[in-house]
Amino acid sequence: MSEITYLEAIRLAQRTALASDPRVFVYGQDVGSFGGAFKATKNLAKEFPGRVLDAPISEDAIVGVAIGAAIEGMRPIVEMQFADFSTCGFNQIVNHAATLYYRTGVPCPIVVRLPSGGTEGGGPFHSQSMEALYAHYPGLVVMTPATVEDAYSMLLDAVALDDPVIFCEHKFLYYHLKAKALPETNLPIGKARIARSGRDATIVTHGAMLHEALAAAKEIATDGYELEVVDLRTVKPLDTDTILASVARTGRLLCVSEEWPWGGVSAEVLARVSSEGFGLLDAPPMRLNAKDTPVPYHPNLWSVHRPTASAIADAARRLLHI
Amino acid sequence: MPNSGDVVSSSDFIRAYRVMLSARVLEEKLASLYRAGRIKGGVFLGRGQEALSVSVGLALRKGDIFAPLIRDQAGRMAFGDTALDTLRTYLGSQLGPMRGRDGNIHRGRPSEGYYAMISHLGAMLPTVAGALLAKRLRGESGCVGATCIGDGGTSTGAFHEGLNTAAVEKLPLLVIVANNQYAYSTPNSRQFACANLLDKALGYGVAGYHVDGTDLTACLSTLREAAHMAREGGGPQLIVADLLRLVGHGEHDDSHYVTSELKASDLGADCLLLAEAKIISCAWATPEETANWRNETESEINATVDKVRREPGPDPNDDDWAAYSHTAFVEHYVPV
Repeated sequence: MSEITYLEAIRLAQRTALASDPRVFVYGQDVGSFGGAFKATKNLAKEFPGRVLDAPISEDAIVGVAIGAAIEGMRPIVEMQFADFSTCGFNQIVNHAATLYYRTGVPCPIVVRLPSGGTEGGGPFHSQSMEALYAHYPGLVVMTPATVEDAYSMLLDAVALDDPVIFCEHKFLYYHLKAKALPETNLPIGKARIARSGRDATIVTHGAMLHEALAAAKEIATDGYELEVVDLRTVKPLDTDTILASVARTGRLLCVSEEWPWGGVSAEVLARVSSEGFGLLDAPPMRLNAKDTPVPYHPNLWSVHRPTASAIADAARRLLHI
Repeated sequence: MPNSGDVVSSSDFIRAYRVMLSARVLEEKLASLYRAGRIKGGVFLGRGQEALSVSVGLALRKGDIFAPLIRDQAGRMAFGDTALDTLRTYLGSQLGPMRGRDGNIHRGRPSEGYYAMISHLGAMLPTVAGALLAKRLRGESGCVGATCIGDGGTSTGAFHEGLNTAAVEKLPLLVIVANNQYAYSTPNSRQFACANLLDKALGYGVAGYHVDGTDLTACLSTLREAAHMAREGGGPQLIVADLLRLVGHGEHDDSHYVTSELKASDLGADCLLLAEAKIISCAWATPEETANWRNETESEINATVDKVRREPGPDPNDDDWAAYSHTAFVEHYVPV
């Protein structure tokens, strides 16, 4: 079997969901015979006639349709063409899907796939990381798979969940991240993973930043320091226990996130560690985020707008006083 | 436009009238409870819109979907909502369908096809469309869905996206626009520039109906026809009714902005009084009988108010404070 990309894992998870559960259907712009802007639904319309439906350019209505279908017992998977465009469906996501169970006792099992994060040339409106925005709202589960295996298994978990899921799949990982096989088992939703063990400092991260952090850890290892890297997997719920246990081992925390800094996932992680694990810290906790500007278009600007392996390594050195 | 005079039997008319009367009496009670400070939050009444609203509820049947808006007490009761659930929600009883978690007109029983509106206008259009799409995907036919909106709601992006989407999918969706001339205080002239809201039907490629919202017979026959056409595969049906709300936007609003000319016009007629006059002029009932109906309804509703006022409100110590059905996902932010 040839290697499976992160994007193909997402396509295969949808295929598995469609094949195994008659309640599942896929709805979004260009997802039908065209197979989606990124080909995440390639051939699915042909294989599952009438269940992979093109939608008008109406993000609000797309999510509204999914909510109505979910109330009637279906399991819709919505593809937003880009995470950035989900702001046009924001109202239905945060005010309707997120509130339905609390208000009425009727769950809202929808999955909204958000092709997220920056890529070269993406620019201000095709690059955003919106996980913190959705995580702010009670009632939403927010997943940020960082590996091929998680992209596959967490999407299947998302479809099986009764609660609405915002599935932040990272476009930067679509093509180059590969795995030999699809996973048989996986960690439960809401559980973070120690992606690399270390004793000197903890890096907490998610999404594409996992790979930058792992590269930074490799670089720092040449200085004789071992960084532990925690992949959050889901940012809501947030696995505070795993984070605190890691900080207890290392005494130092650097949180890395591609989002903007204000009120982001890294802010939440730092708040929790500061209030619940203050005594575990040997140094002030640090965070590294994208710059607080719109995501720039030109690769020269973009490459330093988001955290990179070298920027993470620099931050880690400051944290370790190297 | 159906010829309305012949298709509504006296029994159908009286049935509709009695639901309208129940809604009117219940809403009068809600207004007095509000003035007495017994209701927290807003009270939004449908006085003057009962003929249209009840016709929506009566055009639906079991298995259909209904997403009412804020002036649909009559339509809600015609679809199966009760004075008990209404009062429990307004008075915040723990025993009501919303358990104190949401109030007033934001109530429903979604698992029974009776959807609980969110406040954002137009949002229920695509939601009902999605419910109908689900039924189609499962091979269920013969169902329709209805949702109500006002003249102001037609200006929202959600209205546009929802109706367009339903039209593309040819879903059996009834969209009922109560043009009560004002969206809160904003008149039609500041809300849209088309000559008539019905013009939108052509733009979206859906069937359109215009009806006098004060005329119960016309409303009943129009909604019945529209529901029939939707059930038979005719796609979305847009019904625009002209009328006037005979109350403020909410009970906090004295609606001083409604012109006296408008109030004195045919639009300002009270649909309930018109319906009652017709019942009496057609000798379907005597004035004594209609007075008795009102008395019976008042007694029932007063008894329900007394019962609900004795019921417990939600206890914050008992609430699970869970926004997730999967309880493992509930996080606790209280410092340890």
